[in-house]
Amino acid sequence: MKTLDELLHEHEFFKDFKPEYLELMAGCATNVIFEAGQYIFREGQEANVFYVIRHGHVALEIHDPRRGPITIETLQEDDVLGWSWLFAPYQWHFDAKAVKLTRAVAMDGKCLRMKCENDHTLGYLMMQRFNTVLADRLQQTRLQVLKLYD
Amino acid sequence: MINLTKTPLMTQKQLANPMQPEPFRVKRVMKESYDTFTLELEPIASERLFTFVPGQFNMLYIFGVGEIPVSISGDPNQPAMLVHTTRIVGSVTKAMSKLKAGDVLGVRGPFGTGWPVSDAEGCDVILVAGGIGLAPLRPVLYQTLAHRDRYGKIVLLYGTRSPEDILFRKELEKWRARFDLEIFVTVDYGDSDWHGNVGVVTKLIPKAPFDALNAVAMVCGPEVMMRFTAIELQKRGVRGDGIALSMERNMKCAIGLCGHCQFGPTFICKDGPVFTYPQLQSWLAQWEV
Repeated sequence: MKTLDELLHEHEFFKDFKPEYLELMAGCATNVIFEAGQYIFREGQEANVFYVIRHGHVALEIHDPRRGPITIETLQEDDVLGWSWLFAPYQWHFDAKAVKLTRAVAMDGKCLRMKCENDHTLGYLMMQRFNTVLADRLQQTRLQVLKLYD
Repeated sequence: MINLTKTPLMTQKQLANPMQPEPFRVKRVMKESYDTFTLELEPIASERLFTFVPGQFNMLYIFGVGEIPVSISGDPNQPAMLVHTTRIVGSVTKAMSKLKAGDVLGVRGPFGTGWPVSDAEGCDVILVAGGIGLAPLRPVLYQTLAHRDRYGKIVLLYGTRSPEDILFRKELEKWRARFDLEIFVTVDYGDSDWHGNVGVVTKLIPKAPFDALNAVAMVCGPEVMMRFTAIELQKRGVRGDGIALSMERNMKCAIGLCGHCQFGPTFICKDGPVFTYPQLQSWLAQWEV
């Protein structure tokens, strides 16, 4: 059975992380499984965790009272789910639902924020990684709102 | 560098008078989505076989309404049947959508360059389609699947507006059951019945299973989508000259005489519609070209 730092090392997000940082990260990590149809988090709930998806398929949804849940993005293996843990007021902006059985590593946001405060090099590294994810998502969203296929 | 397939000899003979529409009878009209339909056409001259290469287009003439270019979406190995898929966007396509079995329309063609299907032999084949752009790529799938052993992996990445807009749904499901073809579909917005991917088609590229160093990519969709797709393919490691794009412009004569479809130094009808990415790269982001 693989250790948490080994699982993190295999994930795209932690690619090239130094072993000592992986070990530090693993101290804030827990292995989690979500069944198909299970909600991982709900809009408005406290966001003090993020997930590195190892296997599975997660839908980010927004609920419209007239149309019901609308999927705005899906995430898979090697994606990262959630960045609301980084910014106050630490609340989820969307619902996240496992579309099929999903295995992930849950990273405790409070624990990570504390470690990043104590070690700014680690904090900078984390910010760099998350900014890359955010920039990618922003770019995709820009294309999505263009209604490219009309 | 890939070469774009030239019109086959047989087709050149058919084009003895490229300005003369030939009457074809509608055999079947199939509704693909609320605004998209497929026409199956048969030549009225029964001995006529319609040879084309994947990627080429015809000028379809609705008598008394007008003539428009439409890509061929059928199987190049079945020359007795001509198949076109198009979306209702103007008066001609609106009239075309109202055609019924037995009606007659005029056909000129086929015209233009084809996809680099032969050049892709020995390589992984990546097809990236956006919306109605799947129609001109479908002949590539027919062709490559008919000679499956000549190609590496065949991967179709298809993005469309919503699950209701997915074209050729039954055929995609049939193909998806094959073990020698990978299909990934993504939509911009999905409701609770949709369990597939949501996001733009470019998002599928980083994780798609192909060898970027030995791949030929064929991309068809709106220009903005093709621009960003080409960039994403290159980020993945696909060579620029291994990417082919299919362009669209207002065409009238289809043989490079009238100039309506000029795009920079080229005519889409005669020099395209399929181009290599390096041929277009500097023009794609230019305004008013």
